[in-house]
Amino acid sequence: MTNAMIIPARRRRLRSATSEPTLVKWLLIGLCLAVLTVLLFAPLIAVFDEALRRGWAFALASLSEPDAQAAIRLTVLVAAITVPLNATFGIAAAWAITKFDWRGKAWVITMIDLPFSVSPVVAGLLFVLMFGANSALGVWLVANGFPVVFAVPGIVLATLFITFPFVARELIPMMLEQGRAEEEAALTLGASGWRVFMTVTLPNIRWALLYGVLLCNARAMGEFGAVAVVSGKIRGQTTTMPLMIEMFYNEYLSVAAFTMAGVLALLAFVTLTLKSALEWRYADQLAATHRH
Amino acid sequence: MNIEIEEISKDFGTTAALLPVSLSIPSGTLVALLGPSGSGKTTLLRILGGLEFPTAGRVLFDGSDATGLSVQERRAGFVFQSYALFRHMTVFDNIAYGLRARPRKSRPTTPEIARRVTKLLELIKLPDIGARYPNQLSGGQRQRVALARALAIQPRMLLLDEPFGALDAKVRKELRHGLRDIHDTTGLTTVFVTHDQEEAMELADLVVVMSIGRIEQVGKPEDIRARPKTDFVREFITA
Ligand SMILES: Nc1ncnc2c1ncn2[C@@H]1O[C@H](COP(=O)(O)OP(=O)(O)O)[C@@H](O)[C@H]1O
Ligand SMILES: [Mg+2]
Repeated sequence: MTNAMIIPARRRRLRSATSEPTLVKWLLIGLCLAVLTVLLFAPLIAVFDEALRRGWAFALASLSEPDAQAAIRLTVLVAAITVPLNATFGIAAAWAITKFDWRGKAWVITMIDLPFSVSPVVAGLLFVLMFGANSALGVWLVANGFPVVFAVPGIVLATLFITFPFVARELIPMMLEQGRAEEEAALTLGASGWRVFMTVTLPNIRWALLYGVLLCNARAMGEFGAVAVVSGKIRGQTTTMPLMIEMFYNEYLSVAAFTMAGVLALLAFVTLTLKSALEWRYADQLAATHRH
Repeated sequence: MNIEIEEISKDFGTTAALLPVSLSIPSGTLVALLGPSGSGKTTLLRILGGLEFPTAGRVLFDGSDATGLSVQERRAGFVFQSYALFRHMTVFDNIAYGLRARPRKSRPTTPEIARRVTKLLELIKLPDIGARYPNQLSGGQRQRVALARALAIQPRMLLLDEPFGALDAKVRKELRHGLRDIHDTTGLTTVFVTHDQEEAMELADLVVVMSIGRIEQVGKPEDIRARPKTDFVREFITA
């Protein structure tokens, strides 16, 4: 009797304090996998299944249609403009916030998150209000042959706004943790501010920067809400890939819709793969930092 | 090079880190700034190095006003509290950094840079670690690499912030002599910050005892020991 009670107690001691009984563990893992299957894997497979329903040739043909081509070109153009700009803004913001002390800094840090907390549709509407036909500025812009709303500049502006936080948010915690000492050391060794940035700051943040740029790019190519509002959805002119997908779908061109959706899904897949690879590298580098 | 500090004060917003302090450091002296945490030692050192600018007062180097000189123009070899080695560069590249940062016309050639880095590695008695990265070094090795990196620019003075603070007791003792040797070889005016009175007394030619933003006493170690000027000094050096 006493023996029977002592032995299980000993066994329990041997397990690490945070581990749960096996049954609970497997239940939780099972639940996790079930949710992932229903919410992620199944839809992903459905997308590709639907796209390839009539075979590869048919699917690829739908991508070479002029409207589809225009949408792909526009999406690539918008990403090509917004991603480098936001990488630059993000670095500048992170640099200013982490390397200098100035008034209003706390306020700016909060504002960087604004695009994440505002609904994209509201953001789109703000640009329509500012640059649309109801504002003096909008009228003037149209009169001078530079329409913003229902044109490519509006799409670029909306995408810039939506994707602004990605790079800055990736960099700020990392740069805060690294502090200013290395930069100051470089200055005492005679380096100019620019040289310090290029030879010390940038190499120290390169993985985090690349990671932020990847996330920024994925969102720039995938943004729907804000772009839908400012673009006017003019076929072949202001229709980006996500908008095109919706149009195809509404027109019962489901192979075309799902093929293009598949292209975006592949982009997400590539982004996630690169991101994991980077986290792997970057974890290494962070560990090295902590050993300092 | 002799350093003259004239009525330097420094405020950070509403807190006064340094009340007006004055200090005269003869050329070639090894000086310890000694005081408890928060007494303004780092602030004074950073003002000398040009990393911080005083709210009022002047700094003179060899008699000429250096208060407005930029960090780069000061040419002070600065060793930071946790060494601040460039983590993504090898030891060799760390030491060569200052030479490579020079404007083209005064920049040494690549073989000349290699020669100087090799010499500095010998000076710090670590000739074989050029290819390593900072995270592959021990604390004591890092400190010496930081010292070599600071010396590479042929500085006009050497400024060290708690150079032994991050080391264990045994290494501390060894490296004290290392610093003394390097000071004696180079003849550089050297200022180091410490909160350890034994370290200051053993190593320095001149000890500057600081309390909150104030210089309490300046003197040779034996004079300070024999005749502490204030209660604060007496308590601090016997603690
Ligand atoms: N950048 C700064 N901003 C605000 N206060 C500071 C800053 N640097 C130092 N101080 C303050 O100045 C005082 C002296 O600091 P410091 O020179 O670092 O002292 P020590 O090196 O002797 O420990 C402290 O009260 C510290 O909080
Ligand atoms: Mg200090």
